[in-house]
This record gives sequence, C-alpha cells and structure tokens, in this order.
Amino acid sequence: MVSIHLILFLAFGAVAAAGAINLLVQRHPINAALSLIAVMAALAGEYMLLGAEFVAAVQVIVYAGAIMVLFVFVIMLLNAGVEEQTKGSRVAILFGIPGMLLGSLLIAWVVLKHSGTGDVAVGALPGAPNVIGQLLFHEFLLPFEVTSILILIAIMGAVVLASKPPVPGGTPAKKVQD
Amino acid sequence: MPIGLYILVSVIKSAIVLFVLLTSVAYTVWLERKVVGHMQNRWGPTRVGPFGLLQPAADGLKFLFKEDLTPPHVYKPLFLAAPLIAVVFALTSISVIPFGNDVVIGGYVIPLQITTDVNTGLLLILGVTSIGVYGVALAGWSSNNKYSLLGGLRASAQMVSYEISLGLSLVGVLIMAGSFSLRDIVHAQQGHFWGFIPNWNIFHGQIIGFFCYLMAAYAETNRIPFDLPEAETELVAGYHTEYSAMKFAMFFMAEYANMITVGCLATLMFLGGWNGPLFGPPVLQAILPVFWFVAKVFCFLFLYIWVRGTLPRFRYDQLMAFGWKFLLPVALANLIATAIGVAW
Repeated sequence: MVSIHLILFLAFGAVAAAGAINLLVQRHPINAALSLIAVMAALAGEYMLLGAEFVAAVQVIVYAGAIMVLFVFVIMLLNAGVEEQTKGSRVAILFGIPGMLLGSLLIAWVVLKHSGTGDVAVGALPGAPNVIGQLLFHEFLLPFEVTSILILIAIMGAVVLASKPPVPGGTPAKKVQD
Repeated sequence: MPIGLYILVSVIKSAIVLFVLLTSVAYTVWLERKVVGHMQNRWGPTRVGPFGLLQPAADGLKFLFKEDLTPPHVYKPLFLAAPLIAVVFALTSISVIPFGNDVVIGGYVIPLQITTDVNTGLLLILGVTSIGVYGVALAGWSSNNKYSLLGGLRASAQMVSYEISLGLSLVGVLIMAGSFSLRDIVHAQQGHFWGFIPNWNIFHGQIIGFFCYLMAAYAETNRIPFDLPEAETELVAGYHTEYSAMKFAMFFMAEYANMITVGCLATLMFLGGWNGPLFGPPVLQAILPVFWFVAKVFCFLFLYIWVRGTLPRFRYDQLMAFGWKFLLPVALANLIATAIGVAW
C-alpha cells in the first residue's frame, strides 16, 4: 500500500524539480528568483516529512525568508531586465551536458550498488532542536566557531569593497545632518 | 483517531479559526477607526448600525462593488500574485497558534489549535511571516511605479532588518521555557510568585525582551510609527498605490491578520497565554482560558491602536538606525543576561 507519506514526499520532490527546471528556463531574473524560492520551500517540505522539523524551519527562515529576499531586493533595485538569449555556448554542449550525465550516473551507481547506503527510519537520526544544539555546541564547537569567523571575515570584506576610498586632496562627502 | 475523523476535525477547526480571524480583522478595523476617532475628538463610524457596528460589512460590500482596475503598465502575473501571497501567508501563520488546553470530546483528545502541537511551532510562525514579505516586495516591484517600488524596497529592507531583533527578543523566552513548542512555553508560565504576581514572562525578567518584541513587531507589521512602506506624505500609498477593490482589500486583510497573529504570539510568549484565574461552574472553567487569551490579545491590539493615535512617523534613516544601532544591541544584551540568569 502506498502511504500518504510517500505520496507527499514525491509531490514535494516534483515541485522542487519543476522549480529548478523553471529557474533555468525563465528569462526574467525575478521569475528565476521566485522559482528558486519554490525549490527551497519544497525542500523544506521534504525535510519536514523526514522528521527534521528544525532544519525545515531554518531552511524557510534563512534561505526562503532572508537570503532570497535580498536576492529579490537586489533585482528590484538594479531593475534588471530580460536576459539576452544566446544560441547556447559550445563549452556547455561539449563538456557540460556529458559531464552532468556522467555525474548523475555516478551518483545513481553509488546509491544503488554501495552497501553502506541503506534505509533509515524517519526520526532515527537527530533532528530535534535540542539535539542539534548539543551537537553544535559540544562535539562540533570548533568547526561551528570557525565557520562564524569565516562569515565575519566575508562581511568585513564586503564592507571594505563597498566603502569608497577617500578622495586624495578632495573634501570628504558632506555628512547628512540628523 | 481514524484518519477520516482527523481530517474532518482539522477542517472544522480551520473553518472556525478562519471565521473568527477574519471577523476579528473586520472588527479590528472598526475598533481602530472608533478609538482613533475618539482620541482625536471625533465620533468615528456612527452611521451604519448601532455605534457603526455594521461598518465592516458596508466596507466589505464597497470593496466588492468597486471597479477592479489592473493598470496596463504592470507586470501582470506578479501583480495578481502579490496580494494572494500576502493574504495567504498572513492567514497561514495563525495555524500553529494554540488557543487553550486540549479538549476531550467523545474520548478523543482535540488540541485547541489547527495543527497538532509541533515541536517547532514558533519557528514555523517566524518562517511563514518572513515569507510574507514577498507579497509587499513583489507588489511594489510589479506595479511598475516609482512610489510603489520605493514602498516595496523600504518594506523588504525594514522587515529583514527588524526580523533579527524580533527573533532575538523571543530567544530569551525560549531559554526560560526550554522548548520551541508554544504549548510548553505557556505551561512554563503557570502559577504565581510572591503570592499574587502571575508567573508570566513579562514579570519574570523578560520586560526588556517584551519591549524589543513590541518595537520589532510594529516594524514587521508596517504600522505607525514604522509605516514607512506606505507613508502617504512621501509615497502616495506605497506598495499598494496601484491596487484597487478586493486586491487592495487583501493587503488590508493581510496587515490586520498579521497584527492579530503578532498579538497572539505576544500573549503566548510574554503574557502567560491562556493562564488566568479560573472560578465558577465547570462550563465557565472550560471557557475562561480562551476568554483570557482573547482578552490579552485584545489589550495588545488596543495598544497598537493607541500607539497609532499617539506617535508620528519616523524618518527612514532614523528607522534603520533605531533597528540596527539600538534595538539589536538591546535584544542581544537581553539574551545574554537571560542566558546568564538561567545558567546561574
């Protein structure tokens, strides 16, 4: 008997795949960004079905709710128009498509043949927020903190790149009075 | 519980909650016009029904009969989708809010909330509200109008900025309750201390957290003093300038539904949820928790309206400076202080 769980899982998977294809096909940047949001929301649904509620919520809050808002924000701000259509590059046809096929074949072969990949019951792996918190702040504390420092460096780099260098000999820009 | 009965109960619960929510939206608008009117020495709506009580029905009819314009220069798919996105996510976020303890009917335990008690209920609300910003942003962009675009940009920048403070202000409560489940958070606030003061989080060291939540919530729902996305004096009507009839009404509904959700969340997180004095016969004791819950949400909504009648609008740079340079550090400090206090 096909469970409702499996049907939902396949439905979310189909939405994610369709969104990803739509992302490539759409010519307008904002439509592409919206398809990416659909993909992320569908993935959150998959996580939820697999018993990882916390990861699902974080996926929606961080990716769909924050990062993609900034994407859309930038597209709106730049008022990016419709992309130009090219006839397709030769590199993509010669290397890209065979490479993609080879990669997916490799993954399929590993998943089907490798003995280490078995079935896992829903909820067998840690997914509750307190378990994830314990893992992050006890066992993986160092990688976690190193990652946060990495992100801090990226933020500082962005600030340095975005701030304009002072004009030599010129007057500094007038400060807006509060 | 068999699956068919489960679905039936869920549908009935959804219908009741949606009906109550939409009615409350309509009467919050009436309350706002009435209260702000009295604050400004006016009467507010008086003509339709006693005390103008049928004014929401008249407004609804007017929205239905207005001409539904779609300007020729808009990007149509998103122009039509934006109000839908806004209203759908505003109505979805109420689904994880619990309104009271479990009820036992015919041997089945029925929780007084649409979904069952998910462990990450609070995170789901935050996620759904953070997606709601697309409604406003896309409305602004697809209208193809500079005032709308500015409104949409302002709204998305403002909501992303204040979402951080909103989340941080709630983490203090989470640390005290030790759970993401809204039900557990309410249960953690039962009882009294010093004999008479209720054990609510707002009286239990989270007063600064509540202040941060209040400020961030006003900004998240685009209400005065943070209603920059629709500042009439600068932007005509902001992101909904080009919308008319029911499409405009959908933005309106989304805004007020968000206010109510934010009020419910404040009640659950800081004001003790449905905890309150219980007395009288068993029937009254069963109804009282829901009554306390609604009364607290009502007080919160009244505060919203009171603030609207009192404060002027910020300037945009003041809004951003307040959010990033004041509210965020205060929320962080509150979080650290709460963590130290709990660990003690």
